[in-house]
Amino acid sequence: MIFSFDLLFEAVMFGLLLGCFYAAVSLGLSVAFGLLDVPHVAHPALLIVGSYGAYLLGGWGIDPLVSGFLLMPLFFLVGMLLYRFYYATFESRGTAAGVNGLAFFFGVAFIIEVLLIVAFGVDQRSAEASYIGDSLELFEIRIPYRLLVAAGVALLLTLVLTLFFSRTFVGRAIKAVGQDEGALQLMGANPVSIKQLAFGIATAVNALAGAMLIIVSPVDPTMDRIYIGRAFCVVVLAGVGSMSGTLVAGLILGVAESIVLTMFGASWATAVAFGLLLLMLGIRPHGLFGR
Amino acid sequence: MKYWIFSALAFIAAFGLALSGVNEYIFFAGFVVMQAIVLATAWNILGGYAGYVNFGVPGFVGVGAYTALSMHLLFHAPILVQIAAGAVMAGVLGLGVGMLTLRLRGIFFSIATIAVVFIVEAVVINSRFLGGATGIQLTRPTEVWLFGSYTRMLFVVMALMAVVAVSVARYIQNSHIGQGLRAVRDSEEAADCSGVPTLKLKLIACAVSGALIGVAGAPMPMYLSYVEPASTFNLHYAVIALAMPIIGGTAHWAGPLIGALILGTLQQIVTVTISSELNVLVVGLLLVIFVVAAPDGVIGLVKKWKASSK
Repeated sequence: MIFSFDLLFEAVMFGLLLGCFYAAVSLGLSVAFGLLDVPHVAHPALLIVGSYGAYLLGGWGIDPLVSGFLLMPLFFLVGMLLYRFYYATFESRGTAAGVNGLAFFFGVAFIIEVLLIVAFGVDQRSAEASYIGDSLELFEIRIPYRLLVAAGVALLLTLVLTLFFSRTFVGRAIKAVGQDEGALQLMGANPVSIKQLAFGIATAVNALAGAMLIIVSPVDPTMDRIYIGRAFCVVVLAGVGSMSGTLVAGLILGVAESIVLTMFGASWATAVAFGLLLLMLGIRPHGLFGR
Repeated sequence: MKYWIFSALAFIAAFGLALSGVNEYIFFAGFVVMQAIVLATAWNILGGYAGYVNFGVPGFVGVGAYTALSMHLLFHAPILVQIAAGAVMAGVLGLGVGMLTLRLRGIFFSIATIAVVFIVEAVVINSRFLGGATGIQLTRPTEVWLFGSYTRMLFVVMALMAVVAVSVARYIQNSHIGQGLRAVRDSEEAADCSGVPTLKLKLIACAVSGALIGVAGAPMPMYLSYVEPASTFNLHYAVIALAMPIIGGTAHWAGPLIGALILGTLQQIVTVTISSELNVLVVGLLLVIFVVAAPDGVIGLVKKWKASSK
């Protein structure tokens, strides 16, 4: 283990950028799991689908970020349908709790993974864009533009979603359904259609987050496993359904992972998210910013 | 009594098959089916009876396999000793995980169990003694008492383990432990209030389930004469361990057995005749189809059919 102040500074720097990106990846899950209480373990698998979508569109020379935006409506639709199906088969029958809901999403995640392997093979794929490959030199530290771009978009996305959930009518309705479904129903709103909308938004965010993922690093079909840990770690760390908390939690995870990576090597870095998650569940299960 | 006669007959049949002159491949494939029975039955003790979904199966399989490997490397221990050691270590891991996480609500418990896989895998990858990321090649004994080949012997051992696992699951189901676990599954608060020692029962289930999953993993190094992290900590174990009880039916000890026989055999056939990717896809699809259309599994379907035909 080599310790130097420069190295630590660089690690923190990278960690913060990576953290913004982790926050963006977790935003959708924060809505689906945090607010709606759906055991959505297939969320990271859909994230990888977003990455492969950007890769496919990249074949026609479309910038990954642009394809992320282009794919959002499609993902929105898929999310709505997925929730509709989940609601009809489990929630409406009252069998969502326990084994069934979890097993369903786990099965879906697994099917997505295998289909991706069948379609694209197990090799890593990466996207092409002008900002991928080059890096910015700042205080003798080389910061890749790809990380800067991803972090910038991630921050923007967090801001937009935070505003959406606190300022707009629909956003507040979604928060309300997370807090008290019965009360919302008494106000004359239909909780199911609001939840469906929220799930659609959560999935649509994945299209953009997936595009960011393929900008940050090459992807392969089995990557969703690591992101199950990262995304749930961030959501649990942030506390249920807190958007700004998600950003802070993402930054914490990013910095922790980056420091471990520099000090102990890559093979321990993947265990950081899970370690942090276990620690958090053990000492403060309702998260840093949870109610 | 009928149960014991039947299991004895099943085991004797497996034993006799191993002594006969049938093609070696039968035992290579048969081992996997027997292992599937142990995995499914073990998972169901916690997942089916208590309703706590363990996604960390590959972690427990890995602990079993790598404990067995250590026993082999250090002492050249025979296979039964390896399995026993693997069971103990995986049981201890189960107890530890249980103590850390069983106060958590369903999904948090499940996510925490995924953590177990990554953490155990990281430990193995960073350990040179266990072969690190590249793995270790083993030499199996060429002379095997009575059976002639090591694969045949492993098949019989695994068949014995299957009988043990199913018997343990059956015992738990019929004892007060199973009763308590069912109460936990239906409503943990109500169980707590009625004086069921929920935490203690869940810890027992966690340890027993973990130990038996370790049993399923322990013979893997000797079976393949090779062990490395990527295939040992494969998510595939988690999916089949979940899919088989759900396909068979989670409420009864026979459910995982039926599910394992169906899925295990089907997998062997699909792998050989079509492709191994499709084989994995079949597992995922069957899992989702059963969860959606027949959450009580084959046993539930049969019960429904019997009730409607009366």
